[in-house]
Amino acid sequence: MATLMTERKRSALTRGRLPKSTPWVVAASSIVVAAALMSLIGFNVFGWAVLSAVLFAAGNVVSSAVVEGRRKATDKLATSLVLGAFLVALLPLVSVIWTVLVNGVPGLLAPGFLGTSMKGVTGAIDNASVANHTPVLGGVYHAFLGSVLITLWATLISVPVGLLTSIYLVEYSDGNKFSKVITFLVDVMTGIPSIVAGLFAAAFFGLVMGPGTKTGFVAAVALSVLMIPVVVRSSEEMLKIVPNELREAAYALGVRKWRTILKVVIPTAISGIASGVTLAIARVIGETAPLLVTAGFATQINSNVFAGWMASLPTFIYTQIMTPTSPSNPDPSNQRAWAAALLLILLVMLLNLGARLVARIFAPKTGR
Amino acid sequence: MSKRIDVSDLNVYYGDFLAVEDVNITLDAKSVTAFIGPSGCGKSTFLRTLNRMHEVIPGARVEGKVLLDGDNLYADGVDPVTVRSQIGMVFQRPNPFPTMSIRDNVLAGVKLNSRRMAKSDADALVEKSLQGANLWNEVKDRLEKPGSGLSGGQQQRLCIARAIAVAPDVILMDEPCSALDPISTLAIEDLINELKDEYTVVIVTHNMQQAARVSDKTAFFNIAGTGKPGKLIEFAETATIFNNPGQKSTEDYVSGRFG
Repeated sequence: MATLMTERKRSALTRGRLPKSTPWVVAASSIVVAAALMSLIGFNVFGWAVLSAVLFAAGNVVSSAVVEGRRKATDKLATSLVLGAFLVALLPLVSVIWTVLVNGVPGLLAPGFLGTSMKGVTGAIDNASVANHTPVLGGVYHAFLGSVLITLWATLISVPVGLLTSIYLVEYSDGNKFSKVITFLVDVMTGIPSIVAGLFAAAFFGLVMGPGTKTGFVAAVALSVLMIPVVVRSSEEMLKIVPNELREAAYALGVRKWRTILKVVIPTAISGIASGVTLAIARVIGETAPLLVTAGFATQINSNVFAGWMASLPTFIYTQIMTPTSPSNPDPSNQRAWAAALLLILLVMLLNLGARLVARIFAPKTGR
Repeated sequence: MSKRIDVSDLNVYYGDFLAVEDVNITLDAKSVTAFIGPSGCGKSTFLRTLNRMHEVIPGARVEGKVLLDGDNLYADGVDPVTVRSQIGMVFQRPNPFPTMSIRDNVLAGVKLNSRRMAKSDADALVEKSLQGANLWNEVKDRLEKPGSGLSGGQQQRLCIARAIAVAPDVILMDEPCSALDPISTLAIEDLINELKDEYTVVIVTHNMQQAARVSDKTAFFNIAGTGKPGKLIEFAETATIFNNPGQKSTEDYVSGRFG
């Protein structure tokens, strides 16, 4: 005869549990205690925040160890460490974005900033705008155009070279010595300091076209030296993960190898390749050093990459900060530099979003 | 539309390693031949040499003759691509092209080779191939949907439709049902029975009941031990192999005493 067992009020399967409000109480008290401690040794907000966080973590862990036992306490300790590391990693990023936004938005919204160049904007004009409190003149159009054109040409050079290299490595080399040498050199190229790439391009065009050749195209070559290894590496990985079964399926239908690569392997991998290329573009569009020695500085619009000096966003920021247009009133130049920095960050952010979009658009479709 | 295959004195090597030794076999036109044997005995390797797919594996090579209605596949100047367009293959795991729709998967052999085809001809070919693979009724309303959205059994039949769309003479199947459930397996086995009216079918299988159900003749491969080459032990009518085998090892294998 089975009798119904009544449920025990306090299950023997559980251990002591802290009430839900505990973290809040601990947080509040640690903030107060931290404030008190800080006022003893000299108050500052940063120290207060750090001390509060440490006290909060310690309080949580200790209270949990006392009431809930060792396993829960260890869990809380690990959670605190992971969360703390996350916050520390995030802090610089948020700080950078915030600073650039605060300093950059006024300049970016200034009339004509996106549509005009620095042609004719002299120290006298900057002095006048500061003295009369009129909007800052001069813009970033020439630098924006230069950045876009130089990066475009760098992409046009790097993508075919990089993609064909990775196709050779994955599809044709069979892991021979030559391919190992290529892979090694690509790895070495990945580590080249960007200024060296710039010096290479400057020296190369100096030899071929005559000394002192500085054009947008020279800069594009310098950037492609930086970009090619990234493209090779990312496309190589993408081609490698295309299942061999798909290649065999195509061969078994009597399709030639080059057609299989062109119509089966690359379309299957294209989403990864395209997002890899976009990320490589985002990587080089912010390069400053190689552009300084290859494209020079320009204050006017130049849409021809094969002749004349060319401005770009990074070099624009550099010159505006280092050599303000009006040495006695650097504020207008600072404003322009911050606005250009914001524009550059927005550009990189758009490219990253674009990479995700591209990956999604090209991804093999599933569904019924 | 259907051709016989005569294999004589065939040795298959991976580099210096002799994987399959001295195979002599005749595969009749318009029949189903099953290859059975324990894992690693070289039946899949041998199957791949019948349409030169083994060449995809680095270091694999072949000595001997494979005659497709009298034409040696391994004669000088024979293009493996031509061989493969006449001898199709279906693989162990369904492998439809993930970037293509169901329709494009069926037309893959045509489209990947950039042959021009009128839309009406293409439509007819798609319908004929899918009907040949017993898949038409299930997919006719969603031909433009991706092939990877089908179930495993449907995907495998799609792969068979893709293989017969290029009008081969022979269809090789490398354990086509090993990744499928019993119902999908039944559908494929029914299909194999229909395919032999038009094609020469060769099937590798680990499932002896399947070999008994679908094949006219059965070849038993075995291996003396690891590192030794695989050999063709016995080749006869399927009924003979299963009921009255001539070799002791064949009898042990089909009666489940080893393997």
